[in-house]
Parts: sequence; C-alpha cells; structure tokens
Amino acid sequence: MSKKPVITILHLYPRDMNIYGDNGNVQVLVKRLEWHGYTPSVIEYNPEDTLPNLSDIDLIIGGGGQDSGQNVIHQDLLSNGKFFRNAADDGLPMLLVCGLYQLFGNSFTTHTGTTLEGIRVFNTKTIGGKERLVGNITLESETFGTIIGYENHSGQTYFEEPLTPLGLVRIGAGNNTTDDHEGVLYKNVIGTYLHGSLLPKNPAIADYLISTAAKRRYGEFNGQSIDDSIAMRARTVALTRPR
Amino acid sequence: MPKHIPKPFTIIFGKAVRQAARLRGGSGSALPGLFVEKIDPDFVPRTLKKLPQGVVVISGTNGKTTTTKMVVSLLESQGLKVFTNRTGSNFVRGVAAALLGEISVTGKLNADIAVLELDEAHAVKFVNVVKPRFSLLLNVLRDQLDRFGEIDTTRTMLKVIAENTTQTVVLNGTDTRVSSIADTLKKEQTVEYFGLDSSLLGYFPSDDSHHTKNTPTTLPQLPKAPLVTLKSFSQSSATYDVQETQHTTELQLKGAYNIFNSAAALSLVLTITPNAKVEKLMKALAEITPAFGRGETFMVDDQPVELVLIKNPAGFKLGLSSYSPAGYATLIAINDNYADGRDMSWLWDVDFTSLKDHPVYTTGIRADDMALRLHYDDVALRSSDTDIQKSVTMLLQRHANEPKRIYCTYTAMLAIRKHLAKYTKVEDIT
Repeated sequence: MSKKPVITILHLYPRDMNIYGDNGNVQVLVKRLEWHGYTPSVIEYNPEDTLPNLSDIDLIIGGGGQDSGQNVIHQDLLSNGKFFRNAADDGLPMLLVCGLYQLFGNSFTTHTGTTLEGIRVFNTKTIGGKERLVGNITLESETFGTIIGYENHSGQTYFEEPLTPLGLVRIGAGNNTTDDHEGVLYKNVIGTYLHGSLLPKNPAIADYLISTAAKRRYGEFNGQSIDDSIAMRARTVALTRPR
Repeated sequence: MPKHIPKPFTIIFGKAVRQAARLRGGSGSALPGLFVEKIDPDFVPRTLKKLPQGVVVISGTNGKTTTTKMVVSLLESQGLKVFTNRTGSNFVRGVAAALLGEISVTGKLNADIAVLELDEAHAVKFVNVVKPRFSLLLNVLRDQLDRFGEIDTTRTMLKVIAENTTQTVVLNGTDTRVSSIADTLKKEQTVEYFGLDSSLLGYFPSDDSHHTKNTPTTLPQLPKAPLVTLKSFSQSSATYDVQETQHTTELQLKGAYNIFNSAAALSLVLTITPNAKVEKLMKALAEITPAFGRGETFMVDDQPVELVLIKNPAGFKLGLSSYSPAGYATLIAINDNYADGRDMSWLWDVDFTSLKDHPVYTTGIRADDMALRLHYDDVALRSSDTDIQKSVTMLLQRHANEPKRIYCTYTAMLAIRKHLAKYTKVEDIT
C-alpha cells in the first residue's frame, strides 16, 4: 500500500452541474496530485447524499449547469450554505465555475425576473442578461499571471463590496459588460466564469489549489517539478485565436 | 437590387455564380446560396412547394448526414426521385445552392420529394418558410454549445421543427429529450418512433447519462411501440424488429451511431412509403456506404485510411468505442474554426484511456490542446504538429504498411480530404 499522503477532493454536484468539460478540472487535480507525490481521493456529492465532515475535506470543486441543473441542486445547496461558508472562512481551497460561482454569491436574478437566493460565500450578485457572453478570454492576475480560458454565460456578476477579482480581463467579457473584473478570489476560494478546461491550460491555478490544500493538512507542500511544456504550447496557440 | 427579378434570371444568375465559385476553388455552396437569398428570397419555398410528395427535414445533433444519405437511398429503392442537399452544407443557403445545381433553367425540379438535412438552428428558420410534411429528429447532445447556448435550447429548436411539421414526426424513442416532444404536438399530427433494444443502451449514452458512471438500463415509456427497433448488431450486420417481425441485413456502415440511425432511416421511410416491402429496404440498406468523412475509407498504398468525423463528446466516445485502435496508426485532427466550435473544453468530456497502449499523432489548429488532453489520460504522443498536410504526409509515410485512422473535426476533415486527393481518388463533395 502506498504511504503517500492523501488529499481529499469534494466534487460538488457532478450529476447536475457538469456542463462544458467541468470534469476536466477534477481530472487535472487528480493527476497533478499523483505527480506531486500525493494520493488523491475524490468524493462525489449529489443532492440527498450526506456531506462528509468538513475536517475530512481538503479541497472543493464544482462546475456549471444549465438552468434545469441549477434548479435541481438549489435547495440542497441552500440547506448546506453554512457548511460552505464555514469551509471558506476556514481557508479551505475551492474552485467554483459558472453556475456554482453565481450561487455562491448573494443572489441570482434570472432575466425573467425570478430571484434565486445564493449562499453568500461571495458578497456578489448576479443578474441574468439577454446577451450571452461567449468566447475565448484572457486575464491578467497578480497571483497567477496570464490566465487563459473560455467563457459562456448570460448571467452578469457584480461585487457588492470591494473584492479581489481572479484577474482583470484583457480579451473577453468576464464578470459583466461594465467593469473589467473576471471571477473572484476570496480567502482561498476561486469563483470564475472560465469553464471546463480552466485548469489544464492554467497549471498555476491547479498547483495553487493543491499546495494550499497540502499546507492546510500537512503543514507543508512537497511538490515535484512537473513538465508543463504541452500546456505552455497550448496556451501560446490559444492566445492567437479569435474571440 | 430590384426586389423581383424574373424567375429564370434567378436560376441563370445563380447557376453562373455557383460555377464561378467552384472554379475559384470554393465548395460552391455558400456564395451562390447567398446570391439567391439576396435577389430572390422566395426561390427556395417556391421551388420546393411544387414537389408532389413534399419536403422531409432531418435534424438532431449527431448523424444527420449519414441518416439523410440512407433515407435518400432507401426512398430511391422505392422508385422515388429524391432531391437532397448532398454536400452536407446543412444551412438554408446550402439548400438554395443545391437547388441551383439540380433545377432546370425553366425552374423545374425533377424530383418527387425533397429530403433535407438541416442544422437545428437553421432548421428553425427553414420551417418558418417551408413547412415539412415529415420530420425526423435524431438526438440532442452537447455540441458546439458556444453556438446554441444550452442543450435545452437545442431541444426547443427541435420542438419548433416538430410543431411545424404538417403530417408525421418521427422521434428517437430512447432519448427522453426527443421522445417527450410528442407531448406538445397537435392532435392532427401523427408521431412514430424508432427505438433500441434495452440491451444496447450502454452504447448510446443520452446526454443525461453522459457524466454518470452507471450505464442506463431503462428506456422511456412510449405511448406506442417504435416502428423499427434495432435489436442487435455486429461489425458488419444488424437485426431489426419491424412491426413485430425480425429482419437481419449485412451493413457496410460502420460505427454504433450510424447503425442506430439506420433504424431511424427505416422508420422514416416506412412512414413516407407505408407499403414498401421490408425485405427490399433491407437489401437497399446493405448497399449503402458511409457518407463523406463519416467512417469513409480511402485506399493509399493498398492500405485503408479511415476518416471519422467527430463533433462532440458523445460522438467522439462512440467513435473510440466503435473502432479498436489495435493494428491502426491513429491521428487526431482538431480545428477550432467557427464550424468546428471554438471551445475546446469538450475534449475533457471524452475518455481517451482506450488509446493508452497505442501512441497517437495530433494535428490541427488545436493539436496541442488535444495533446494536453491525451497527456492527462496517460496516452503516449508520437508528435503534435498544427500543420495538417505535414502531419497527414508523415502518417502516410511512417505507416505505409499499416491501416490508418484519422479522427477529425469538420474543417480538419475538409483539409484532410483535399490533401488525400494527392494520393488517392477522393470523391468531390461539392
């Protein structure tokens, strides 16, 4: 049996919130944990399942969904709001993409006028627009350097107090069509509209989540040097592509 | 431009533009279509309305081109003259361009019925202008979501096609997103289904089962039995239940999806020509070869080169599970032009571990995105080069004595076919 230290990932709502290759983010974390010398363990959590103890979790990840998927998980998420607020305040690293980024805020008002309550991890509000913000997107981030991704959303998200965005938009729309913010970085929690393939082409973010998780659990992070040359080439090409 | 140019002029001008576009080396469908649309917007509906048996629309995410090809061949086996948009240019302009190619200068289309393959979004525009008599709705899967938004939006588009169909709608009885469209139809509309034996469900994940690890085992409840049910299939044959009688035929079509869609084609054809002899249809089905790029095989140096078109995760998964990589040199060509879809995240919804023991070449604009995806599934990479011509040449040279298989997105496929024409006979698809 392996004596490699275990890192446990809680994958939120894989059944209903999994659009646009969100599983790719989980896959990248699992593989990189192995490469860094850890044993990854993934717990899938769907509505009606029992949440594990917070102390048994090292990292939380969740993705986007269609309106129908959001409706399915909404009540369950609300009833567990305290769990996620505690996790965030405790410094647990999390990555929430698209639909869950919106619902981790204060509220999401759809373009038909219905308001979905959020779980208030982020002091943000989201308003559904008629226009879809779609295409390749590039950000500059103080923490992660250049971030490359793809966005596809109609919700527009606004900060309700000064918050740190994940990055500033260089090409693309980001949180909304008004300011140049994309996503949010609150404690160790990342919310973003960059879906699915965020982590493969942004290994710096993947390693941030992993090292934060390892330091919380074991007091230190002993990672390996990983050859990311393919990711670097894919980034170079992505930067040349039209919106 | 004047609003109403006399009809013969539309056709003469349109044909001239089509010829000029082809001489210039284009596909010969977009430009002449645009021309006709501008000078004579009524051209397409006016011409199609004259057809004695009306218009058939085939739509859905996967398998439109191959299914359309099957339906056309099966109807022709019943003696019907069929007009179709054969080039796979499944936009309204493509229909106009195809009409220009077939129609006489006096405006006569020598056909009994039109069978048209239409992209979901374009089908919605089309049925506003031309009401189809029959429609066949194949499936709803995640495909190019950056174009259509969400999968539920795509379903709504198929619903609009169904609602605008004047006689019979043929629905996939195994995909609840499609079969449930029947609930909203009017009483005077008839519905037929094509179906699948429950033992085969594991081959055809619906979009909901796409991310769960369990294979679906139950079929949706239908108000009536499917007209044609696929019971079983092998590499080269298939068995169907047609109105409670079993029929088996040899097939040249490859891939699980193509074979399932043959049940769709049979259901549609039996709906259009209810008196057709099933034995005769089986014989016609056995003769049908894959549509261009859909499991199409070319011979180079006496070795097969297979092209498998991939457009979305479900199609890619099915391709990987339909064809064994053993004994084949594999190239994957991924472009991200508009027609391919710009978003690369779909590659992360496909499991590539079946290629683990078979090193792969990647090419296309997003060759490195593909290589990165394979890297995370521990699939060895032979090389990754964005230059498609160079990569295809390398594949042919390094693996001259082996069969080769190329998985490719739409525009990569067009580039590869063009390049292969330097080595072997490639049918002109314009």
